[in-house]
Amino acid sequence: MSEQALAHGAHAPHKDYEGAKTGMWIFLFTELLLFGGLFLIYSVYRTLYTHDFHLAAGHLNVPLGVTNTFVLLTSSLTMVLSVTALQKGDRQSALNTLGWTLFLAALFLVIKFFEWSAKIEHGLYPGSPVLKTLPAGEGLFYGLYFVMTGLHGFHVIVGMVLLSVMALQVKSGRVHQGDFVKLENAGLYWHLVDLVWIFLLPLFYLTN
Amino acid sequence: MHDQSQSHGHGDGRTPSHAPQPYALFIKVWAALMLLTCVTVGASVNWPGAVGTAVAMAVTPIKASLVLLFFMHLKWEPPVFKIMFLTAVGLMAVFFGLSFFDYLYR
Repeated sequence: MSEQALAHGAHAPHKDYEGAKTGMWIFLFTELLLFGGLFLIYSVYRTLYTHDFHLAAGHLNVPLGVTNTFVLLTSSLTMVLSVTALQKGDRQSALNTLGWTLFLAALFLVIKFFEWSAKIEHGLYPGSPVLKTLPAGEGLFYGLYFVMTGLHGFHVIVGMVLLSVMALQVKSGRVHQGDFVKLENAGLYWHLVDLVWIFLLPLFYLTN
Repeated sequence: MHDQSQSHGHGDGRTPSHAPQPYALFIKVWAALMLLTCVTVGASVNWPGAVGTAVAMAVTPIKASLVLLFFMHLKWEPPVFKIMFLTAVGLMAVFFGLSFFDYLYR
């Protein structure tokens, strides 16, 4: 049976595949502007406080930041493999790779937790007494670091919720080979999370 | 653009306009992303400062493009998606350009 016949089956009175994806991309553009605004603040302050930013970045844990990059890039791979598997009609592989994506997302957050904990233990958190003794630029750096990686971490949590719902719907058959745009859109969201991190890595960890 | 539309869908936008890609393609893209990450980190560790920053500024957009084109399927989407994306990024570039023009020359 062709995919067309499935997509135009009796259970789907009105489906607009391209429309659904257009809507998701428009939402992603608003996300782009949300993070873009923060990237703009970062670049302006980095230009004004170049030296302080370099000093502050030297205290970040590069191995942890790079490990998390590998984790997220791999989760992006398992995500796209999941969409591809469902497109090919291999539901079990789609579920397995979705499971891996969720595992890697959780691993990212665990690593982030230890990284943040270490910073907070050293008294490096927004408004801390330690930061007030440091030059203004270092305070700005850590403020942006916590806001941007925090907002990104929040997106990871939202992505995990989305992907869990998708896993349930793929399992129950509501999302299937003939109607997989929801999984594809959830995937687009997940790739955006990866995309933001691709920029966060050099800006915060490799500024030294 | 719709080189695969003969076999899938009929270009009305209601059904997927592109066929699933082979798994191997995405694994290759992933390998390239991991390698480019190593290049960026290696450059920043070995040549901190101008060279490391220059390498990061050159390699990061390539990594982003790989994710957008392959993982996010932009390569196989109809032109309208590409136009929308370039418009959004272009607007961002304008915001950055105007802000820096203001900050650097005030």
